[in-house]
Amino acid sequence: MTDRFTDVAAVHKGLADVDYLADDGLASIVYLADRLEKPVLVEGPAGTGKTQLAKSVAEMIGARLIRLQCYEGLDESKALYEWNYKKQLLRIQSERDADWETIEDDIFSEEFLLTRPLLEAITSDEPVVLLIDEVDRVEIETEALLLEILSDYQVSIPELGTIESKQIPLVFLTSNNTRELSEALKRRALYMYLDYPELEREREIVLTKVPDISENLADQIARIVRSVRDLDLRKAPSVSETIDWARTLVLLGVDHVDAKTATETANILLKYRSDIEKAVKEFAQSEETFAPAEG
Amino acid sequence: MTDVAPEPLFSTAEMADPLLDLLGGFIQELRDAGLPVSLTENLDAMEAVRAIPIGDRTTFKYALGATLVKNHQHWPAFETVFDVYFAIRGPEYSLTDPDADPFGEGDQQDNDSQQGDQGSQQGGGGGEGMSNEELAEMLYQALMRQDQVLQRAVARTAVDRFAGMEPGRPVGGTYYLYRTLRNLDLDGVLERMMEADQAQNEGRSGLDDRLARDEYESRVEKLKAEIEAEIRRRLVADRGVEAMAKTLRKPLPEDLDFMHATRDEMEALRKAIAPLTRKLAIRLARKRRNRNKGGLDFRNTIRKSLSYGGVPADPRFKHPRPSKPEMVIIADISGSVAAFARFTLHLVYAMSNQFSKVRAFVFIDGLDEVTDYFDGSDDITAAVHRVNTEADVVWVDGHSDYGHAFEVFEKNYMKSAINPKTTVMILGDARNNYHAAQSWIIQEMKRNARQVFWLNPEPGSYWDTGDSIVTEYAQYCDGLFEVRNLRQLETFVEAVL
Repeated sequence: MTDRFTDVAAVHKGLADVDYLADDGLASIVYLADRLEKPVLVEGPAGTGKTQLAKSVAEMIGARLIRLQCYEGLDESKALYEWNYKKQLLRIQSERDADWETIEDDIFSEEFLLTRPLLEAITSDEPVVLLIDEVDRVEIETEALLLEILSDYQVSIPELGTIESKQIPLVFLTSNNTRELSEALKRRALYMYLDYPELEREREIVLTKVPDISENLADQIARIVRSVRDLDLRKAPSVSETIDWARTLVLLGVDHVDAKTATETANILLKYRSDIEKAVKEFAQSEETFAPAEG
Repeated sequence: MTDVAPEPLFSTAEMADPLLDLLGGFIQELRDAGLPVSLTENLDAMEAVRAIPIGDRTTFKYALGATLVKNHQHWPAFETVFDVYFAIRGPEYSLTDPDADPFGEGDQQDNDSQQGDQGSQQGGGGGEGMSNEELAEMLYQALMRQDQVLQRAVARTAVDRFAGMEPGRPVGGTYYLYRTLRNLDLDGVLERMMEADQAQNEGRSGLDDRLARDEYESRVEKLKAEIEAEIRRRLVADRGVEAMAKTLRKPLPEDLDFMHATRDEMEALRKAIAPLTRKLAIRLARKRRNRNKGGLDFRNTIRKSLSYGGVPADPRFKHPRPSKPEMVIIADISGSVAAFARFTLHLVYAMSNQFSKVRAFVFIDGLDEVTDYFDGSDDITAAVHRVNTEADVVWVDGHSDYGHAFEVFEKNYMKSAINPKTTVMILGDARNNYHAAQSWIIQEMKRNARQVFWLNPEPGSYWDTGDSIVTEYAQYCDGLFEVRNLRQLETFVEAVL
């Protein structure tokens, strides 16, 4: 198959064109995933753009995004395939006279197969990006369902044989790291940890995602968020919360954040009472220490 | 074809071999540092390296990282090994250069050529004849203007001048780093930058002021990292990759010893504990939910059997009653084991919704209950801090006295705290300073409680040496565990609770 990207810089630019600002590591890994035909496992705190990465890559290469949302209790019939029992029954009833062997062969054919996301991704004719979201939510035993498709891009169905992929999809797995994923899964994937962005990148993200924001305000927001993340919090503000905060400030017509505004809108950035209290205390303190110098 | 005939320039077999050798050594080093690298990952890395342009260092690093490191906490270890193994090498890092005079009198030419190599305009002055004041000024300018090239030049000159590095000298990088930083007075530079900044922006708000300070601090941190890398590069040039890799080998956060962690390591530990508790809590909850069903529900089974003509074809079971244990933690917080107690308290309280009730006691030679500190606040770090500062745990002299602490517990809390549902965790090294053991109290505890466990942060080989009397106590416990690092703590919690 042909390579989707010419080089790392192309990935970088392509992602930027669809408003996803990647850092060098991210771009390198997306590029490698394509070259090595391997899935990418993206881990990191919530709200750093893991799911968005898959969406943006799909948009960039003009592929269809197929998403499998994982949850506890996910099984084969929801993830891979299921036999269409009703249709099979109808088929049997409609040909009462036919001999058993023909019917048996017949009802276990692709016609009676309901494809679920994983099977769908590899049987699709058009280019596909497969997103397996929050893979850490399934039980460790269920992970095994994914292994065949991740390493060989094929699905084995006992009654039918092995279905091989028509094209190699780009696969992204995301995990919030609530549990250690199995070695088998990790071994098959390229690993990427998506952390909170650096100051410059976050500023760029705010500038891209929030219309009508001034450079000054975006810069100040990025700096405040960096300082807030440095506090010892239960849940540090995510990128999406930064963007929400920036939008709020723009709506309020703020063009320069002072301690008072920050205190009043801290509940958008932070979600725990103790975190908000801590941040507010910090804002107030910075005001106090400066007061004498002003006079 | 003769030997002289030009081979195709990009033949992988020819090109890759030395690289693969290098990669092999690199992976071996990662394994030695404790990172689990499997054979398939090894092959993946080699394939990945072939797929990327080899000149691109960043891509190269991430390609290796993505294929070899599958746990974020292992990333710092990987970075160190990478920096050492694929160090930027060149003659300018040599320590054996006869002209290399740390005080910059004889090395005018040498320095000039170095700076020329770097293509640095501002750094052209190098180190020759420059006074320390001028160097400080240059440093200040470099940080103020965020001039990367100049910063690097300053880092190099500073290491040249202050570190006093000599070939073959058997001291570690930290020593040189300390010497360099001591002479640079980075705190002073930080203050100066703040003053200049404030002068420029008269009358701005305190918040902006604070943000500016954070910004300058992060710049200084970056400079420190640059200096550290510079020293490391020179050490590699002097001693060779293999030797350096060994000295730089750092334990992974989960393997850090509670009792001997440095301040930076403590920070790493503190960061590692939050994800750990989250993982543990989820696993425990899952385990409890999926535990075996309850006993046979006879009545319901008979009722069900009616629909099968009286045959009990569908046995029904009682709903399991998940038992959440009550926890009592009794922790020694004297100096030697304080860190361990802190982490364990943190861990237990972070997952306190897994227990029906948690009570915590701390002691040195007196004993105090600290449950209230935790119940009142949802900020565990602050509560743990209060434990260390406010709890009334000193009775006579502030040296561990397990016997007396247990006596206080027996007198004041035994009846209220211990019942047949209670799991007791005692944390300490049982170094009793030769006081009376009073181990009958532990026996008493054992009689009344469901389980009693003793967690000892000392390595097993130290137990019962000197004033340690851990076996004396442990004979009445359900288990005695060596818990020296997060990994062991995790294993204990999962296996036992």
